Amino acid sequence: MTPAPTLPPFEFVVEAHGAAVLRVCRALVGVQDADDVWQETFLAALRAYPESAGVRNREAWLVTIARNKATDHHRKAGRLPVPVDHQAVAGLDSGVPAPGVPRPAAGGDDAVVRAVAAGETATVLWAAIGALPPRQREAVVYHHLAGLPHAEAATLMGGNAAAARRAAADGMRSLRAALQGTGFDGKDV
Amino acid sequence: MARLPIELADLAAGEDASLHRLRALLGAAAGAQGLVDVAYRVVDSPVGPLLLAGTEAGLVRVAFEREGHDDVLEFLSAAISPRVLAEPARLDPAARELDEYFAGRRQVFDLPLDFRLATGFRREVLAHLPEIGYGHTASYAGVAALTSSPRAVRAVGTACARNPLPLVVPCHRVVRADGSPGGYVGGADAKSLLLRFEAGRLRP
Repeated sequence: MTPAPTLPPFEFVVEAHGAAVLRVCRALVGVQDADDVWQETFLAALRAYPESAGVRNREAWLVTIARNKATDHHRKAGRLPVPVDHQAVAGLDSGVPAPGVPRPAAGGDDAVVRAVAAGETATVLWAAIGALPPRQREAVVYHHLAGLPHAEAATLMGGNAAAARRAAADGMRSLRAALQGTGFDGKDV
Repeated sequence: MARLPIELADLAAGEDASLHRLRALLGAAAGAQGLVDVAYRVVDSPVGPLLLAGTEAGLVRVAFEREGHDDVLEFLSAAISPRVLAEPARLDPAARELDEYFAGRRQVFDLPLDFRLATGFRREVLAHLPEIGYGHTASYAGVAALTSSPRAVRAVGTACARNPLPLVVPCHRVVRADGSPGGYVGGADAKSLLLRFEAGRLRP
């Protein structure tokens, strides 16, 4: 009989995957509600952890739990499963930032100014991700934000790895198109 | 951690601060729900950062930095339970008593202790160590004489070297027959510092 593989301390799991899970939560339920879903995800994971020694991909395991918690969250809230910040999306549509979402200060060297600018950029980016069709959004989030292989993303979304890869590529193309001309497309304007 | 595509790099803005806050909340919530089998925190001390780990039964491990705190957490995960989480509040009483000790205001620790990591003769030795009072020392042979195996001097040395609860269970007060400090899980310098401190030859 082979001995059961020993599990690392749960704290190491939080350290290694906390950020990826937070990105998934933010993409699935929006930045506002992501903290609650992150907490519920890690509490559920901690509860199940001692019996999970056979898990092959720890991050995929956590993302699966996060996805279920996000679904519960939407069901409880009775809201649309798409976290769209309409103001920020309006900013995207018109090619100019929405009120309250100013452009990053150009050439500012001050660290605070840059951090604020990055935070505002993040608001626009989350809105753009939230506005993607659900399959594209999930594919982008699991692969590009959480770093899962397309095959793992496919297990979560249904379908095969090739379809997940296509959905991720389509999603990135839609995102680039949405971000064109907003100054948030990663290019200097 | 996934490297973000360049268009999405700014999504990580503020992530570290959020995670710091979320992890603190997680420790408290998991503790309140009884999901943490081994709670821990790290405190500063005059003998370096100390890892304090506790179970439902009490303080189970005190570890010096030179032992490798991550290695100790891995060991606790395998030996007790993988539900190991930073939950500082559970270790507040231990942290407070150690603070008082290093401030010169406490000579005896009054904490629930979990001795599960020491069994058999090692445990018997540890049970006798608090009989060596603050500021006093005893030889390895002297401690052996208190036990059921009075000639097991080397085994007393092993029990002290592998004490899971150093400082709180005062293995630093066990010295060589010639009065020299001898080895210590926290290092010879730490042992010598503790002995001089308890003898009143150091200011707190």
